[in-house]
Amino acid sequence: MNKFVIKNMNLYYDDFHALKNINMNIHEKKITALIGPSGCGKSTLLKSLNRMNDLVEKCTIKGDILLDSEDIYAENSDVNLLRKRVGMVFQKPNPFPMSIYDNIAYGPRTHGVKNKSKLDEIVEKSLKSAAIWDEVKNDLKKNALRISGGQQQRICIARALAIEPEVLLMDEPTSALDPISTTKIEELIQELKKDYTIVIVTHNMQQATRISDKTAFLLNGELIEYDKTVNIFSVPKDKRTEDYITGRFG
Amino acid sequence: MSKVIRFAVKLSAIITFGVLFFMIGHILIRGIPNLTPSLFGLKYTTKNISLFPAIITTLMLVVLTLLVATPIGVFTGFYLIEYAKKGSKLVEIIRITTETLSGIPSIVYGLFGMLFFVIYLDFQYSLLAGTLTVVIMVLPLIIRSTEEALMSVDDSLREASFGLGAGKLRTIFKIVLPVTMPGILSGIILSVSRIVGETAALIFTLGTATKIPNSFFSSGRTLALHMYVLSTEGMHVDESYATGVILLLVILIINVLSTLLSNKLTKENRNE
Ligand SMILES: Nc1ncnc2c1ncn2[C@@H]1O[C@H](COP(=O)(O)OP(=O)(O)OP(=O)(O)O)[C@@H](O)[C@H]1O
Ligand SMILES: [Mg+2]
Repeated sequence: MNKFVIKNMNLYYDDFHALKNINMNIHEKKITALIGPSGCGKSTLLKSLNRMNDLVEKCTIKGDILLDSEDIYAENSDVNLLRKRVGMVFQKPNPFPMSIYDNIAYGPRTHGVKNKSKLDEIVEKSLKSAAIWDEVKNDLKKNALRISGGQQQRICIARALAIEPEVLLMDEPTSALDPISTTKIEELIQELKKDYTIVIVTHNMQQATRISDKTAFLLNGELIEYDKTVNIFSVPKDKRTEDYITGRFG
Repeated sequence: MSKVIRFAVKLSAIITFGVLFFMIGHILIRGIPNLTPSLFGLKYTTKNISLFPAIITTLMLVVLTLLVATPIGVFTGFYLIEYAKKGSKLVEIIRITTETLSGIPSIVYGLFGMLFFVIYLDFQYSLLAGTLTVVIMVLPLIIRSTEEALMSVDDSLREASFGLGAGKLRTIFKIVLPVTMPGILSGIILSVSRIVGETAALIFTLGTATKIPNSFFSSGRTLALHMYVLSTEGMHVDESYATGVILLLVILIINVLSTLLSNKLTKENRNE
């Protein structure tokens, strides 16, 4: 099943052509990795899936991006609702300067959950899904800025899960973390695959092979190759993909 | 060489503190013995030289000015940073205006206030004319401190909020505003200090009447003005020093209160 269908998509920052004629389907409840050298457009492609590019002035998009066969850039589509369905975890952990509890409850409160016991339940469930409940369950009132970077990132994942999205976009979620935290988050992503469609940007090719089902290789705004991860890393069809994964450039 | 520099640094520190201590000491020594109960009479007469009406007028001016200037200033700051297109003409104009305004000596505001509010709009010397003049004077302070506070908010926080499906208003009120509160507050405190210490902008707008203004259209005098008038008249130098003591006290109280308030706000916002 396709969660996202991207058709002839072109994206421009002012007059800079950042994504060139992208065609790609993203499968439901699979992990899709986006790889490629710095500046090739991975983050841009990821952000176009929940319209975070709307925040950039002079960013224009042509072509179609369908979520469950509905055009997310259609005039009548509700961007806040879209972002509720398509959650995002950023490269640098960015918890709000408030308590752990309030961080997690922010999303549900935004979407109208007021009941205290319901919120308690969501907070606990999200923290458990993000594999951080045991570490913080006695410190829910603690400021989220006062825990380690690895814990902060899992708080951010829990915060994204709290609004029960269908898709989780992750932009290099482990690049700012130590190896132990990275392992924890990779395990967590594997676990989340059961319930969520995940698209992850990574610079780390081992990470892509370890966790993803499909891998897309981008270069200079073009989608060069998109296939099962095993194929990309064992029998790449394009010479440029081969050069990249064998470390000959980038 | 480093010894010379160290000596110079120490010396300037000593001179700075010395001058400050001398000034404050001088005012306290000359002023405190003259703080008689009659100075606090409800009404000013040429006998008691009461400074009580001036205290009340000062408070009135501060409150009225903040009531007008804070919302306008804070909203302008938010507009410039959160809503306006970056680098648009309007933003440039507002920014150049505020920057220019904040560099102008206060006597110029006084002159403008007199020509425009007092004479052209015929408000006479009045609380209204004084307030409006001081509003224009402190607006740039509030706008710029709001802007700076907003600019210091990490964009990743805004992104996180939008990424969770929150709208612009919610993001501003729940995420941006709490973080910027201390910065905005410091701009307001700075404004209060300027209003309390102001004379040049007020003397020909608020005027120097000795009673408490009983309407927007009556004149009055703030503590600083009162002190200024007493010392220029030269007849009540002792009372002028006593007023100086009270003025120092008022400013001290404002500073302590505002520090407490901003500590409290920052703490709440960090949830400790
Ligand atoms: N807001 C923006 N305005 C203008 N150009 C941008 C903007 N964001 C990105 N770009 C440009 O678009 C191209 C793709 O950027 P993008 O951030 O998607 O790359 P990336 O593959 O994520 O790189 P990295 O691995 O360094 O994160 C780059 O050339 C970048 O300079
Ligand atoms: Mg990137």
